[in-house]
Amino acid sequence: MDWGYVESNVDLIVSKLVEHLYLSIVPILVALVLAIVIGALAVRFPKSYPPILALSSAFYTVPSLALFVILPGIIGTQILDPVNVIIALTIYSLSLLVRNVVDGLRVTSADVRQSALSMGYTRTRQLWSVELPIAMPLIFAGLRVATVANISMVSVGALIGVGGLGELMTDGFQRNYLAPLLVGLVLSVALALVADVVIVTLQRWLTPWARLARQA
Amino acid sequence: MTLLDALIDFLSDPDSWSGSRGIPARIVEHLYYTFAALAAAFALAFPVGLLIGHTGRGALLAINIGNAARAVPTFGVLILVVLLAGIGFLPVLVALVIIGIPPILTSTYAGIREVEGATVSAARGMGMTERSMLFSVELPIALPTVIAGLRSATLQVVSTATIAAYVSLGGLGRFVIDGLGQRDYGEMAGGAVIVAVLAILLDVMWVLLARAVVSPGVSGRLRRTPRARPDDEDRTDQHGTDESHAQHETAAGSA
Repeated sequence: MDWGYVESNVDLIVSKLVEHLYLSIVPILVALVLAIVIGALAVRFPKSYPPILALSSAFYTVPSLALFVILPGIIGTQILDPVNVIIALTIYSLSLLVRNVVDGLRVTSADVRQSALSMGYTRTRQLWSVELPIAMPLIFAGLRVATVANISMVSVGALIGVGGLGELMTDGFQRNYLAPLLVGLVLSVALALVADVVIVTLQRWLTPWARLARQA
Repeated sequence: MTLLDALIDFLSDPDSWSGSRGIPARIVEHLYYTFAALAAAFALAFPVGLLIGHTGRGALLAINIGNAARAVPTFGVLILVVLLAGIGFLPVLVALVIIGIPPILTSTYAGIREVEGATVSAARGMGMTERSMLFSVELPIALPTVIAGLRSATLQVVSTATIAAYVSLGGLGRFVIDGLGQRDYGEMAGGAVIVAVLAILLDVMWVLLARAVVSPGVSGRLRRTPRARPDDEDRTDQHGTDESHAQHETAAGSA
């Protein structure tokens, strides 16, 4: 390992790390909000769910590089625009999260729903204070898978010039030089692991009752 | 709409469809990479998954390998093996096998483990050997989950095989990479669309295959006695058949 590379390129490495984080996290946040909205609608109107599921599975089958490249033709962006990567990853994350949100919202039993109803909860309040909290474990499971997948997928964006740490990898390939590649690879894995730990911690913090239930 | 026109031009040009650089030849190369990698990943992951699922030993290891492998960027691994071993089929195969292993391993393990204890005890009580229990009872019941794992492995391998072109190999990624280099949107999008269609067709193939090989008793298509309540059916059917649940297990397990 050539530590000289790291020393003389600290600024570049940090900026690519930040770019990588940005490219993978923005899609997750957008997809999470959309998934909760679409998921809640799908639970309220069950007939809409099979087509939503079919559409999201279809999107999930499209290879990432293919989607990065096809998107500009559909939405009229420039081919090397970072927005293509962000939108593509949002679509993947959404496809994954919608399932988990719907499965999660369906965990709430009819008894619990009726209790909420008889306590005078409106539909919206019932969603926010009863169904979503109960759905948390499944939503978080989806978030973890989607986040880790995104962080690994961003690198492919380097092929269209927008890849965060992936650009260090292509740099290593073009110069037949291991150092940038290893830096990109190791940081990408580390980023995924750290993100995973952050999400798990967030989950513990947001679902304190899960720990209480385990102790009881 | 010029971009769409470029795509149509590429796909309707007879030159795109002929010769060793034509679409059919690239599809064959792409499928070759995909199936070679899947076969290798299956040969490595399936027996280990069976063993872990049956004995219950090493489950944590399987889960952690599955999670860790998901965090590794395949693109980086591909380049790493190229830099270490030189350009060729090997780096592509290694990278594709690495992404093929986790879904097959975790779904095989999860499928076997989800077989009800009472069923396994009944098989043992009938005097079945461990081996025949595994292959005549546990595996047939776990088959939908195992195939779901193969299905998601196929999806990931097919789409990742596209980047083989970046390290000078063939396959449908050639069109994307070459088109990108020449700013030829039609060729680029053409390659992308064909990979997407190929991925969807392979996905459909697994669904049909699952229908053909999963025992009707397990898939629930041959049910003579009517179910008491549709609600109950929903709940039992959700186990195992859905690949995303295997992922939940994996994700939840490493906490």
